[in-house]
Amino acid sequence: MAADGRLGAAAARSLGRLAQGYAFSAVAGVPLGVLLARSALLRGALRPVVLGLQALPSICWLPLAILWFGLSETAILFVVVMGSVLAIAIATEDAIAGVDPLILRAAGTLGIRGARFHAGVLLPAALPGILTGLKLGWSFAWRALMAGELLFVAGGLGQLLQNGRELLDAAQVMGVMAAIVAIGVAVDRVLFRILELRVRRRWGLLEEPA
Amino acid sequence: MWRQVGGRFALLTRAVRRARRRAGIGLLTPRVKRAGPPKIDVSRVGHRFGNQVVALRDVNIEVHAGEFVCLVGPSGCGKTTLLYALAGHLEPSGGRITIDGLRVKGPGPDRLLVFQEPALFPWLTVRQNLVFALRARGLSRADADARAREYVGRVHLDGFEETLPHQLSGGMRMRVQLARALALDPAVLLMDEPFAALDAQTRSHMHQLLQQVWLRDRKTVVFVTHDVREALVLGDRVIVMAARPGRVLQDLDVRLERPRDPDDDALVEMSRRIRDELRRAEAAGAAEGRDARIAADGAAPLGPAPHLGAPL
Ligand SMILES: Nc1ncnc2c1ncn2[C@@H]1O[C@H](COP(=O)(O)OP(=O)(O)OP(=O)(O)O)[C@@H](O)[C@H]1O
Ligand SMILES: [Mg+2]
Repeated sequence: MAADGRLGAAAARSLGRLAQGYAFSAVAGVPLGVLLARSALLRGALRPVVLGLQALPSICWLPLAILWFGLSETAILFVVVMGSVLAIAIATEDAIAGVDPLILRAAGTLGIRGARFHAGVLLPAALPGILTGLKLGWSFAWRALMAGELLFVAGGLGQLLQNGRELLDAAQVMGVMAAIVAIGVAVDRVLFRILELRVRRRWGLLEEPA
Repeated sequence: MWRQVGGRFALLTRAVRRARRRAGIGLLTPRVKRAGPPKIDVSRVGHRFGNQVVALRDVNIEVHAGEFVCLVGPSGCGKTTLLYALAGHLEPSGGRITIDGLRVKGPGPDRLLVFQEPALFPWLTVRQNLVFALRARGLSRADADARAREYVGRVHLDGFEETLPHQLSGGMRMRVQLARALALDPAVLLMDEPFAALDAQTRSHMHQLLQQVWLRDRKTVVFVTHDVREALVLGDRVIVMAARPGRVLQDLDVRLERPRDPDDDALVEMSRRIRDELRRAEAAGAAEGRDARIAADGAAPLGPAPHLGAPL
């Protein structure tokens, strides 16, 4: 399976989808979190909805996705996005609400406002927390994608797994499972870990390694 | 013979003047009201926090343009609260504060607060902290960079331009904050115990730097400290505050020529008298503690504070 390139192709297919869905989640989730944190009006209106929907397992979006988008690529992306965007938004909101008020006052007295304030003070100050949210969002997105691909014939690792079951090929099933774990661990423990460490070190949130 | 007597008399008056100076008599007098509109006008300001603590009560302070005013008082007497109100970070629950006749509503570019804690952006290096603030004021990248380097040097931190705040000592961070404030060159500088964490030597350098900048640009400075001698070295005026509730005890003009030496006999004597006054107020406050707590519970009127102690 690995040798005939099916595993590689399926992994590439899955990761391509994941990249699209996750990128959309990050680009939409972080600003949504900022809005929730900064506007009491929006918070009052949206927060209960966001928290409620967050409790919904992402695969439950699949029937709706198929109704709206048909058996298409978009339907799977929709499931991935719905599985991760809210987690990212909530983590971002928490991170921004937790920013040291002294930093906000310092920005105020220095006359830093508007876009410069949001991009130059608020987001960097909340970045360690936002990064944790992005990591969480990534693992949610990965799970949502696998669930979607299992139920939905569209290539990718999930389908390869399903395929192994149909062929009663336990070796293939376990091999694909190992690949899914490997990708999950690689991104979570390597990519995000390194990023988090670098940010925390720069922000002075870590002891210097001896 | 008359000439001899005249000579003796001149000697005597000089000796008396020296003795009076050494004893600090006549060098610390109740504030003489100045003509003209004040730059900063704090009028009948009171502040009560949500937890019913009366942080300020009937505070009246006028500061004229170019004055260097020091606020001294025990911990918890509302110094930071008052500076926050001046900076626009806090709306006092009573009274009004105007700057140039305009009521303070939030922070403004005419004022800059140097916080009691080193309020730096932790993800930016020392130089970037200054550059970021300067760029927000519209300076070009090159100008901001040059100015940042100049002021980092002025607070004796050459060589630390590319260091992150968490890699500096507390005193060094406070100096970065000072450099950032001075580089921005505001008309009014509000400073909250900026030198509390410095050694005597560095502190005296910072005093010189601050006085230099103040003398050159005639900034208006409100400087909070709990070190009475520091207040007497720096201030044209020393305002003595007491706690529970936070209020002004004395508003004094300092009639010492500059530059001042913190070990000067007269200055040491003056600081001793102010400290005595603070101790008396504390003792009186402890006796009145019950009344103050009652006042804090009910709707205490923001009436004039009981005057404690005789003028110095
Ligand atoms: N956010 C707050 N909420 C409630 N009470 C507060 C708050 N900030 C300060 N206080 C109270 O107000 C009083 C004055 O506090 P403030 O910080 O102004 O004192 P300070 O004179 O600056 O003291 P220090 O010299 O220790 O810095 C204190 O009794 C304090 O307990
Ligand atoms: Mg204070």
